[in-house]
Amino acid sequence: MPVLTTSISGWGRYPVQTCELERPERYADLRLDAACLIARGQGRSYGDAALNENGRVLLTGRVNRLLDFDMEQGILRAEAGATLAEILAAIVPQGWFLPVTPGTKFVSLGGCVAADVHGKNHHHDGSFGAHVLALEMILADGSRVTCSPAENGELFWATVGGMGLTGIIGEVTLKLIPIKNSSMMVRHHSAGSLEQLFGLMQDAAIDDRYTVAWIDSMASGSRLGRGVVMCGHHASMQEAPLDSRAKPARARNIPRDFPAWALNPLSIGAFNALYYQREGGKREPFLSDYLPYFYPLDAIANWNRMYGKQGFVQYQCVIPDATAFDGIKALLQELSGSRRPSFLAVLKRLGAQGKGLLSFPMAGYTLALDLPIRDDGLFTLLNKLDEIVLQHGGRVYLAKDARLSAETFRAMYPRYEQWLAIKNKFDPQNRFSSSLSRRLGIGGTHG
Amino acid sequence: MGEAVLILGATSAIARATAAAFAARGAALYLASRDLDELQRIASDLRIRYGVEVHYAAFDAEATETHAAFFQSVLANMPDLSGVVLAFGYLGDQQAARDFKVGAKVIASNFTGAASILSLCADHFEPLQRGFIIGISSVAGDRGRQSNYVYGAAKGALSLYLQGLRNRLYASGVRVITIKPGFVDTAMTYGLPGLFLVASPQDIGERIVRTLGKQADVVYLPWFWRYIMLIIKHVPEPIFKRMKL
Ligand SMILES: Cc1cc2nc3c(=O)[nH]c(=O)nc-3n(C[C@H](O)[C@H](O)[C@H](O)COP(=O)(O)OP(=O)(O)OC[C@H]3O[C@@H](n4cnc5c(N)ncnc54)[C@H](O)[C@@H]3O)c2cc1C
Ligand SMILES: NC(=O)c1ccc[n+]([C@@H]2O[C@H](COP(=O)([O-])OP(=O)(O)OC[C@H]3O[C@@H](n4cnc5c(N)ncnc54)[C@H](OP(=O)(O)O)[C@@H]3O)[C@@H](O)[C@H]2O)c1
Repeated sequence: MPVLTTSISGWGRYPVQTCELERPERYADLRLDAACLIARGQGRSYGDAALNENGRVLLTGRVNRLLDFDMEQGILRAEAGATLAEILAAIVPQGWFLPVTPGTKFVSLGGCVAADVHGKNHHHDGSFGAHVLALEMILADGSRVTCSPAENGELFWATVGGMGLTGIIGEVTLKLIPIKNSSMMVRHHSAGSLEQLFGLMQDAAIDDRYTVAWIDSMASGSRLGRGVVMCGHHASMQEAPLDSRAKPARARNIPRDFPAWALNPLSIGAFNALYYQREGGKREPFLSDYLPYFYPLDAIANWNRMYGKQGFVQYQCVIPDATAFDGIKALLQELSGSRRPSFLAVLKRLGAQGKGLLSFPMAGYTLALDLPIRDDGLFTLLNKLDEIVLQHGGRVYLAKDARLSAETFRAMYPRYEQWLAIKNKFDPQNRFSSSLSRRLGIGGTHG
Repeated sequence: MGEAVLILGATSAIARATAAAFAARGAALYLASRDLDELQRIASDLRIRYGVEVHYAAFDAEATETHAAFFQSVLANMPDLSGVVLAFGYLGDQQAARDFKVGAKVIASNFTGAASILSLCADHFEPLQRGFIIGISSVAGDRGRQSNYVYGAAKGALSLYLQGLRNRLYASGVRVITIKPGFVDTAMTYGLPGLFLVASPQDIGERIVRTLGKQADVVYLPWFWRYIMLIIKHVPEPIFKRMKL
């Protein structure tokens, strides 16, 4: 297959690496035809998960056909390159919705399985892999096999969350959830401090199917951790008669990189204060179309250019329930002490850990921070955050990572050895390998 | 009566996008190419996304002796066929195509095969006094260049054939549209050096369907290729033959 050698990056635009891209148009052309290869969907992972420096990257975007849609049972089978945006366009009008969705719809099915993504409903519904009925995989030996929790279960659970390192995901069969209409019933609650924020998030009377908290990352002292808890569910027919549906916002674009000074502690602090007032002030429940509700950032194409051309790192970690409050507090203190502005700070609850051996979620709280790269000092700060996360028994999300060390990875992912045994069985020469897997020593030395 | 369209070479990215644009306005589709497995996948996809009726069958442009039976079975499934999009084409390795044994395939895939199936389409639509034929040729057919003159000659012949057909069918109200895309981001061009102003197949597909609502006969896609080719066609031959193109 023809190859295009060019420089690419993940969504954080760091690191940028030269890779050999191939782009099959046909299902039969999804195959391993190089010494080593990694699949890439929409490149919405932030760091180097879908990069393979000086090696082969298989673009799946054109292999995106919807193959089977059982509208009675809500079961969809599609090629792994299909995006959630394409799937939503087909299923929402028929009264079905994704069981789990990340904060952007411009991700592929394959990427959602490989990172075992979670949504704002993890504490109720688990992660993406829990709703996958079956996968068709293309393995290192060229064979095409079906795997599911019941059939080839070990391959299945090594692939769910396995970051593309067990093989190429070709097809995904997904169980959908029924909805009555496309609107969401939303309610905001503001919290003046981290204590209050945790209080609200633990309150069963406030919690909803989807719950997420936005944190003012610039607040410090007694206001440390102030924020807005946003809860919502798919509206019922009574809540949203068809004609009162909210209209999605017009699409916008960031045409070029913002200068490095555009996002600074002052501008972010001002924005956060405004956002806190506006969103926290929404006391009454309100209706929102599902698109702005789930995908607020998708309305601004190329929003990653806001962080300037040096790129940024998204730091996302989870801290188990028992130590969550202390851990998150220590992280926020470290961050606000560093005076490094994080434009985005989001806190979500995660439910019980699933069966994916390298999956990120575990019962607890997950914090995500967007941190622009201005200088190497950022990496020193992030190493400190790693220590705090480790001390509190947590882990960092590989789909967002660009800089974790191999040792820290091992300490954070105790099921790695179990995963490795399966990897060695299906890919003994470690031919499915990425820049991330080599950086973290996942899968041993590269064959 | 709804629209019903036959797409020849339906596995190409441009054809897929064209089929999707037709399906989005409710057209029933008949997809054809050599790769049945892919056609089946594309057919399912179009049915699920657009809720339209989609048929598919194997078709090999080079096997001209099979074309009559093929076209009969298309009509058996879609007696009210509204029009045909001819999207198949083959670029191949243009260096290798200098050897006629290789070049013959380029000519057969782009021109001879097209002339064969188009003759059947024309004979079908002419007495009905309706229908359309959209042929995807190429800007490469506008002037012979050392880098791809075998493909260019085949596409140039296709353009001329479509032009003649347009002239013949005008009286019976059958529309013949020649599409001349510039560079499009498909399997044909992926990874090739020297591409510029590359268009997305989605964009080209939507524009192809929109030409039916316009008066145009020969459509360059995107439009600026008309002017690029105007300049290239007007370079005097004594100069042109010295250029490395
Ligand atoms: C704005 C934004 C919000 C986000 N919100 C969330 C969130 O709420 N929750 C969450 O969990 N994540 C979130 N993410 C992360 C994102 O969902 C994951 O990184 C996801 O994997 C991206 O999918 P992709 O198709 O872009 O995959 P890529 O980035 O292209 O690849 C990601 C990984 O999947 C593998 N992969 C992709 N396709 C295949 C395939 N066909 N076969 C085998 N392996 C494959 C790659 O090898 C790589 O390891 C967010 C990202 C962004 C940009
Ligand atoms: N891409 C460009 O930049 C560009 C520019 C100008 C014009 N074009 C023209 O646009 C059209 C679509 O091309 P594309 O770019 O989408 O390229 P493509 O992906 O290579 O598609 C070509 C298609 O033609 C079909 N085909 C080839 N030989 C055939 C044969 N003997 N019988 C039946 N079908 C045959 C193939 O289908 P099967 O393999 O399934 O049979 C394939 O799907 C072509 O006519 C091309 O010449 C392309």
